[in-house]
Amino acid sequence: MAASAATSGARSTRRLTKRQQQKLVRGVLYVVFVLALAGLVLLADWETTRRNFFNAELARTMFPEVLTIAARNTILYTFLAFSFGLAFGLLLALMRLSSITPYRWLATIYIEIFRGLPALLTIFLVGIGIPIAFGTRWPTLVTITLGLGIVAAAYMAETIRAGIEGVPKGQMEAARSLGMSYTRAMVSIIIPQGFRIIIPPLTNELVLLIKDTSLLFVIGTTPATKELLKFGRDLLNINANATPLIVVGAVYLMITVPLTQLVRVLERRNARSR
Amino acid sequence: MTTGGSDGQVPAIEVRDLHKSFGELEVLKGFDFHVNEGEVVCVVGPSGSGKSTLLRCVNRLEEPNSGQILIEGDDITDIDADVDALRSRIGMVFQSFNLFPHLSVLRNLTIAQRRVRHRSKGEAREVARQNLERVGLLDKIDASPSHLSGGQQQRVAIARALSMDPDMMLFDEPTSALDPELVGEVLAVMRDLAEEGMTMMVVTHEMGFAQEVGDRVVFMDDGAVVEEGPPEQVLSDPQHERTRRFLKMVR
Repeated sequence: MAASAATSGARSTRRLTKRQQQKLVRGVLYVVFVLALAGLVLLADWETTRRNFFNAELARTMFPEVLTIAARNTILYTFLAFSFGLAFGLLLALMRLSSITPYRWLATIYIEIFRGLPALLTIFLVGIGIPIAFGTRWPTLVTITLGLGIVAAAYMAETIRAGIEGVPKGQMEAARSLGMSYTRAMVSIIIPQGFRIIIPPLTNELVLLIKDTSLLFVIGTTPATKELLKFGRDLLNINANATPLIVVGAVYLMITVPLTQLVRVLERRNARSR
Repeated sequence: MTTGGSDGQVPAIEVRDLHKSFGELEVLKGFDFHVNEGEVVCVVGPSGSGKSTLLRCVNRLEEPNSGQILIEGDDITDIDADVDALRSRIGMVFQSFNLFPHLSVLRNLTIAQRRVRHRSKGEAREVARQNLERVGLLDKIDASPSHLSGGQQQRVAIARALSMDPDMMLFDEPTSALDPELVGEVLAVMRDLAEEGMTMMVVTHEMGFAQEVGDRVVFMDDGAVVEEGPPEQVLSDPQHERTRRFLKMVR
């Protein structure tokens, strides 16, 4: 009984060629998509949505501050944290690769801790920890650089280590055989090649950092130090309207999308040069 | 500090009772060996016989377990030895070329001159030009290594080593990674070097080169010297069964 059903089923599908089957599946998918879209269009309250999310007048009042203050701060914080993370990450990566065991341990422990903790928690700890530990408030920019940079360094250390380890062993041997010291060989030969390998993943880290600046609100901000998301959220609360979130969202994308496109280009170029 | 030289001179390279193990595997079992100044010594033997390890111990790319290695009388295995300075007196050519791919041919030749020898930019450039001329690749001075054939890359690697004005050159199977038609150009450069009187230690499978250019051939197997002597003796009239068996296989 079951066997005969199976064979008759097989016979009926066999009547369609493979191409016809594919066409059928694709047609069904299109219909489902159009129905879903139509449902969304018919069911949503477009007038309310427009008023609450796309209020042109409210959006206009956000300029130029959304660019001159909020976007500027987001970019500045990203730059500071990235620079700190890169320098400290390089140091950690070299410690991870060091022949001195305690260095390796220290770097490993650091990396495991700060990759394992939520970034928000670290930023929060830095924000409240420094005033308690040192008895004074440090300049906001320093706190921000540390808060974001400490986490970024942990991630970048692993990326940089992978880059350095990706340089063939013969490169170090060739450099040493010419009489270069280990440090000189690292600086002139190994690290430049390692960085070439990791430019795409490092750019990805940069994009992640841009988005992580939105966590900085926990440190506390003044009107002049707001980054994009805090700027948008404050306006959301004042106006009881979500348009500011749409505007800052668009600004984020204006910064991040070109970068992710850049990563794609760089990855393609790297793949070709190998 | 003077022993081993055939005419009482200090040998360029002298290896005394060298032991080297990788974990459980003992690769060199109390090795004695020397190369005199101006001499071309070819080290031949089956793969796994320890010849590359021996060569790499000479400039301490491999760390020997025990024994002594004297470079012109200076002990490179001494704990206080300035290994970097000693290495800069020894040119090394690798099987896989190991040119620096992120630098142009010129920069490949000048970077160690500038950073290690502290030569001026102009002087380093001049030395680089002379050595590229020597290997017949002056026209590639601004090329990127990735645009060169394997044979050209190896010749640049030789010019790079020569730019440090080494007292001796080590060659670690310099033609083994090359397509057969490119072997000749590299051997020709090495032959010129030998004729100019360079002290050379060459690990190779090129029996023709060893026969023609070598002053002495060392046949080693299983971490020790089986026999050594002038090429016509070792390669044409080997005394040991193991040498005969090996030569029959490679010929």
